[in-house]
Amino acid sequence: MSALSAQKSPTPPNSIVLPPRTKRRFYGDGIPGVELDKIAGKLIVIEGADGSGRSTQITRLVEWMEGCGHATIQVGLKRSTLVSEELDRAQQGNVLSRTTLSLFYATDFADQLENMILPSLRAGMMVLADRYIYTLMARDLVRGMDEEWLKNLYGVALVPDGVFYLNVSPEELVQRTFQKKVALDYWESGMDLGLSRDMFDSFLKYQALVEQQFKRLQTNYGFDIIDGHRSADMVFAELQQRIEGVLSGTGKSALSVT
Amino acid sequence: MTKTFSELKFPGRLIAVEGLDGSGKSTQIHLLQKWLEVQGMKVFFSSWNSSEVVKSATSKGKNRQLLTPTTFSLIHATDFADRYERQLLPLLRAGYIVLCDRYIFTAYVRDTVRGCSPEWVRGLYKFAALPDLTFFFKADLEVSLARILDGRPELKWFEAGMDLGLAKDRYESFRIFQGRMLQRYMNLEDEFRFITVDANVPIETQQSFVRQTVSARLELPTFARNPVRAS
Repeated sequence: MSALSAQKSPTPPNSIVLPPRTKRRFYGDGIPGVELDKIAGKLIVIEGADGSGRSTQITRLVEWMEGCGHATIQVGLKRSTLVSEELDRAQQGNVLSRTTLSLFYATDFADQLENMILPSLRAGMMVLADRYIYTLMARDLVRGMDEEWLKNLYGVALVPDGVFYLNVSPEELVQRTFQKKVALDYWESGMDLGLSRDMFDSFLKYQALVEQQFKRLQTNYGFDIIDGHRSADMVFAELQQRIEGVLSGTGKSALSVT
Repeated sequence: MTKTFSELKFPGRLIAVEGLDGSGKSTQIHLLQKWLEVQGMKVFFSSWNSSEVVKSATSKGKNRQLLTPTTFSLIHATDFADRYERQLLPLLRAGYIVLCDRYIFTAYVRDTVRGCSPEWVRGLYKFAALPDLTFFFKADLEVSLARILDGRPELKWFEAGMDLGLAKDRYESFRIFQGRMLQRYMNLEDEFRFITVDANVPIETQQSFVRQTVSARLELPTFARNPVRAS
């Protein structure tokens, strides 16, 4: 994998581009006590459903960015020391009501934001996030949670430097999921919603609903939509180009939209 | 939400007690519960921070000092949401008198003293209806401090507000922390129509006032387990 990507890309530079500092802000009230002007690194988010090619792209991006001389760390959902175990356990039993689940995920997110993302950015590192608040919001919106409530809740989040949503149709997602594993995931199929007793059916319906919410969020949060139906190489090339723009400060960021 | 359960036409009623540690509110709600139970009422008691599902995360966070003001606030909101949706709401639908030792005002007070924005904290708890009665046990700061510091010399990290860096000494930190919370409670008194109880007077005097208020404000016979039917 590394030999392959090394062949394809030109020799990495010895003189490394120093990403220019930009003005940072939180979506809402933010985290108390955080000095935003101390943040040097860039936060780049890759969003998309399971099977959209997210993890493949992130692995390649980390390698490429480090090749370019930027220290890069990866963060994701449900990885916090604080609640990830409890969240897993609760999900298996399917005992949590929607508000509780939503707040549990928000706790996990905030824990990682404060203990991983912000310290890394302060240290001048690049942070690649395998999903961010948008996935959490889209899932909750499908479950009928109040949009204003969610907006307030995730007002703690830092506005990223780039958000790229890998868009793949539900029909294609289902095919890709079956190539990787033989069973559909209970939650990724939205079985808790009672859309259909047939899991296949429920998966398609649920993913279509999530996609719809993502498109709605896109108009508020202004992230870039990347066509994920193309080959991994083509998607990677587009991501590379856009992230180069973020790193050099020349790329137009849609995130200035509020 | 800005409505109480009675305004939302629930058959049940929610009574909350609020106040500083050492204000005597837990003793009072316990005595209230006993009184309602001996009368054969449908009563349920719920205390802050007691959801089974969330508990292990909260204690891990507290013991290992992993919590920041934001995650402290969120994990308590998670705990509350779990109890609210799985216990409180169904019981209130079933016509119970639900007694809560601390309600959303505890979060309003504590989390904002820790530096979270008041609008954010209130927004988090927007899904919750207001109590039908909120008793605020207001003791002089020195009285509640003495009650805690006499009986239980070992203060826990978060309980003492050590995460705020107010003082190096735990007792000193606790004093400052409690003082700030009392101030915030008092700021909420009017807005949320707290029924303020003078918590400096004897336990019996306070309990008489609580029982009289509950009798006057609630149609108690309608909460009986076996209602007497007028025939």
